[in-house]
Amino acid sequence: MSKSYRDGLPISPEKFVDQLMRLKRGSISRRDFLGLTGLGVATAVMARELGVMPTPAFAAETLGDRMSIATWPNYHDPQTFENFKAETGVAVEVNVFGSNEEMLAKLQAGGSGWSLFVPTNYTISTYKKLGIIEPLDMAKLGNFDGKSEDSRFTAEGTIDGTIYAVPKNWGTTGFAVNTKKLTKPMSSWQEFWDTAMAEGDGRTMVHDYQLTTIGNALKYYGYSFNSLKQDELAKAEELLLKVKPHLFAVSSDYQPSMRSGDAWMTMCWTNDGAQLHRDIAEIAYVLGKEGGEIWTDFYAIPKDAPNKPAGYALLNYLMNPKVAVKEHLANGAPCTDARVNALLPKEVLDNPILYPAADLLKPLEFGAAATLTDPGRAELMARFKAA
Amino acid sequence: MRQGSNSVQISAVGGQLPADAQAAFSMRGSLLRKNLLTVLLLAPATLWLVVFLVLPFVAIVIFSVGERAPEGGYQAALTLAQYANLPARATAFWNTMVLAPVGALACLLVAYPVAYYLALRAPQRWRLILLALIVIPFWTSLLMRTYAWMYILGGRGVPALLAYVGIEDLRLINTPGAVLLGIVYGYLPLMILPIYVSLERLDRRLLEASADLGATPLSTFLGVTLRLSLPGVTTGFSLVMILLLGEYLIPTLLGGGKVFFIGNALVDLFLQSRNWPFGSAIAITLVLVSVVVLIVANRISTRLSGARRVDLI
Repeated sequence: MSKSYRDGLPISPEKFVDQLMRLKRGSISRRDFLGLTGLGVATAVMARELGVMPTPAFAAETLGDRMSIATWPNYHDPQTFENFKAETGVAVEVNVFGSNEEMLAKLQAGGSGWSLFVPTNYTISTYKKLGIIEPLDMAKLGNFDGKSEDSRFTAEGTIDGTIYAVPKNWGTTGFAVNTKKLTKPMSSWQEFWDTAMAEGDGRTMVHDYQLTTIGNALKYYGYSFNSLKQDELAKAEELLLKVKPHLFAVSSDYQPSMRSGDAWMTMCWTNDGAQLHRDIAEIAYVLGKEGGEIWTDFYAIPKDAPNKPAGYALLNYLMNPKVAVKEHLANGAPCTDARVNALLPKEVLDNPILYPAADLLKPLEFGAAATLTDPGRAELMARFKAA
Repeated sequence: MRQGSNSVQISAVGGQLPADAQAAFSMRGSLLRKNLLTVLLLAPATLWLVVFLVLPFVAIVIFSVGERAPEGGYQAALTLAQYANLPARATAFWNTMVLAPVGALACLLVAYPVAYYLALRAPQRWRLILLALIVIPFWTSLLMRTYAWMYILGGRGVPALLAYVGIEDLRLINTPGAVLLGIVYGYLPLMILPIYVSLERLDRRLLEASADLGATPLSTFLGVTLRLSLPGVTTGFSLVMILLLGEYLIPTLLGGGKVFFIGNALVDLFLQSRNWPFGSAIAITLVLVSVVVLIVANRISTRLSGARRVDLI
């Protein structure tokens, strides 16, 4: 073949028609035609990318060529989706969300396009009530083993004996502190809020999320994290409004600011705490001794999922302990599945950020379904943000 | 045929879409074929506007007189309660009413000298390149560009550089100043281009005449240049201001979500508390406010630039 500058360039329209005519006249073989025009490579790539020729394991059911998942930031090993694509030909589009409310809003509006999503424990009953999630067909989830799951964390996925969601991992909501900047040892939500108005002035972040921001303000007074009582919420509001001018930001995307040193303290979820501490040793993760949130994230399939077969295939793939263990190493949240824990390295299982001492876990509360839909808490959050 | 040529004249004089439409109607009965052609030509735009503008607007109006369902979302009702509840977002409205004009003004102050230079001072052969340089950043998503500013203004960006020269502990990110900077940066081209267009059409003989008649450069600028470029200024100003009325991204990213604009209130009402009826009522109010802004800006610009009518967008 000649080595001209045109090699490797896309074929020109004139050349293409010229070759096509030669093919029609029979003066060129089909293979040459595909090679010359680049269509051969294109079809080969398309066949692989679009799953026209799926691998035998998944060939039984048509999985299509793509699906989309709604999940949380920094929550998966990107390699997982690459591997899934290599095995099934299904490309996974990842949509990242900041709150359960936002996920619910998208699903309620319809046409979300997701075939799998990652709701938190306290939202599942509402999804079921609204009829927007599918009772899971366990026959398609052979990799899931209910017996190996820790029942403390799985209960809310099952409603009236029907499984609507299977757990991904659990975790806690505490706060992360840069101990070089804020040297005083802290162990409570009371200290968190007081420090935010003193040494941490202008350097503290709270979530843009009613459940945790209001819940942890309630903890300042020792009230329930889930309180809907007027007088208790009024006290929490008073505190929040007092703290507001001292805050660095109201945002659930706190990793960048903590890493750059702009923020010194933030409300924080287990997995982010583990990631921050892993990379920057002086960032500590603290659980308030008054309590706070414990949570489980689940996988569920929306009723209007455009590609249910692929949704089930990916879910089953993620339930494979060998796959799940990589997910846990990447995102850092503790796992509910004993089979996965057996595969995790000892230093992970000994990490107190992931597996806090029992006396710290005891006062924690799971979020309550009522907080998700309560207009009072939503309005309180709006007043706090507007202040 | 006479009628036909007449209508062509009308549309040429009017130079606006409605005039074409009127012309099309006046031809009813005669020249059916031409009529049909006009209808066919207008059909895609009409269909587009009906499906993507009128119908959603009607839906929002219907939502706004409804109620929030117990689990969030919308449930049918006929009530003005949502509108009565508008004071609950008074702070957000107030913040927006301050931000939008201040942001647009800051944009104008930065944009005018640039547009002036481009239109009147820049060498002809550079002009196109300079204009392209202003437009090119627009090809990247605003989200990306605003995220870049987060890192530039963040602790490892400009403040770290300033620390080298002895200015320490300066916090730039998540301040009102950062929001203003983001706004000016994001909307600058929208302000520069209309002003540039009106300055470029400026008849330079008027400037010479003004100077010949003894005017100082300053009074020539104020009395001739600025005056004649006012249509561009008002176009740019109202364009930027209307977009700012709905802005939520820049305050969220560069203001740390601490400053709450009406756009943020809307996002939260639809995505967080899922109070769609209240969100719809606010959206309708915002549309009405925008219309009022447009009308006022139009009036001002008409008065200032003589009787000439000005198209804003």
